[in-house]
Amino acid sequence: MHPAEAAARDSYGRLLSMLAVRTGDLASAEDALAEAFLAAVESWSRDGTPHNPEGWLWTAARRRLVDAGRRRKTSLEKGALLELAESVDAEMECTTFPDERLRLLFVCAHPTIDENVRTPLMLQVVLGLDAARIATCLRVAPKTMGQRLWRAKTKIREARIPFHVDAADYSPRVFAVLEAIYAAYGSGWQDVTGDTAAARGLTEEAIWLARLIVRLLPEDPEAKGLLATMLYSKSREPSRRTPGGAYVPLSVQDTARWDRECLTEAEATLSSAARLGRIGPFQLEAAIQSAHVHARLTGRDDPQAIALLYDGLIQLAPTLGGQVAHAVARSRIDGAERGLVLLDAIEPAESRRTYQPYWSARAHLLEQLGRPRDACIAYDRAIGLSEDPEVRRFLANRKRALAPSR
Amino acid sequence: MRYAIAVYESEAGMEARKDPEYVAAYAAYVTALSEAGVWRGGAGLVSASTATTLRMKDGKRVVQDGPYADTKEELGGFLLIEVPDLDRALEWAARCPSAATGVIEVRATLPPVA
Repeated sequence: MHPAEAAARDSYGRLLSMLAVRTGDLASAEDALAEAFLAAVESWSRDGTPHNPEGWLWTAARRRLVDAGRRRKTSLEKGALLELAESVDAEMECTTFPDERLRLLFVCAHPTIDENVRTPLMLQVVLGLDAARIATCLRVAPKTMGQRLWRAKTKIREARIPFHVDAADYSPRVFAVLEAIYAAYGSGWQDVTGDTAAARGLTEEAIWLARLIVRLLPEDPEAKGLLATMLYSKSREPSRRTPGGAYVPLSVQDTARWDRECLTEAEATLSSAARLGRIGPFQLEAAIQSAHVHARLTGRDDPQAIALLYDGLIQLAPTLGGQVAHAVARSRIDGAERGLVLLDAIEPAESRRTYQPYWSARAHLLEQLGRPRDACIAYDRAIGLSEDPEVRRFLANRKRALAPSR
Repeated sequence: MRYAIAVYESEAGMEARKDPEYVAAYAAYVTALSEAGVWRGGAGLVSASTATTLRMKDGKRVVQDGPYADTKEELGGFLLIEVPDLDRALEWAARCPSAATGVIEVRATLPPVA
């Protein structure tokens, strides 16, 4: 990313959080800030960049917010705006602004905000991404996405969802924030079962958010676990496809193509999380990634350790992807039969049946059990549920290898 | 809610129809739709160049060769699915083998008239 772009992204979330925290009204804060950025383009190109660009933007946005508030009727909003107008002069004295983005993240993950809009909301208000881009990456109709975001912001304002979190709600809320950031990254199980083409466009943004939350919550081991998980996955990005574009599973990836710098950072981040001494699902997930990476780099596989980590993971966070990967990990210790039993016990059966990784894993286990005909059916289902043509091709090749005589 | 998934094929997509890999991918896709209980019907269409259009103009029949809209992508087929909402419909549309080479249009259908 261009440094100016990074700086703008950083400023955007900071300024928006300051405006929104003071008024409780995300949508108006966004409008005011967008106008301020527009005004800046015009003014700065004419008069040069001001000494304190963030301060300039803050003043401009605040003025617009107060003006917009005057045109409104409700006394509640007027009160908040008045407060904002008074508070501003004192703050303008200092050149550094408090970072209130954590509060913004907490609001986005409030229990009354629908789960399917938490991730988009964060991407929009903290990073300033537009609804159309978010919609495309998350494979939702742009109009639907726009409506969902609008409804969520209206709810925050109308229901006066507080921008602070009580001590009792703190841990679950942090978890909800981390989950929403992770959702922007994708399923995270690409190596075991396939790929997530839809979410690939947001991996960079997700890592940016994870870095932010690590900075905002330096004592939270799970925030670090989340970042480490994403970095492990990112480090293998260059090797996931052949130069021709074909899909390559982890077990046969060319480790020389892994991004070592990224991998080192992942390891360091995970170690620093572990030193805080409180285990959680994201750290377990990172630890699993670490174990896979070490197995490939040293040639010494430790399926027992990996299975144990998965046991822990699905105890703490029994996601669909986690359970499928757990069944596969267990099958390497307890046999394919046991893996199959675990796979078929995954609830709810309804979502399992349309989950591509479930069918890939099932095909793989049936193949090991010497049931090529059943494996064939499972491969077909996995192919039919794949979005990525390269993954389809990969699975079709596996299927063909299964029954060369047809 | 019923949705129509219209598949607009590119020239390459139309060409790929002879490819056994393409046929197998579609077979798997339709099986997945039907096993999930969302498939309500559909068909692939033979090339648009074989289409015939008809309309009544001043009480007279006008019959012409070729498709109604002559575009770069052509309507290669359609599917009818039943899913709870547009999010699900798009999820299935994304799995359509032609999505990688052509364009998939998703639209809700009107309630049946009879």
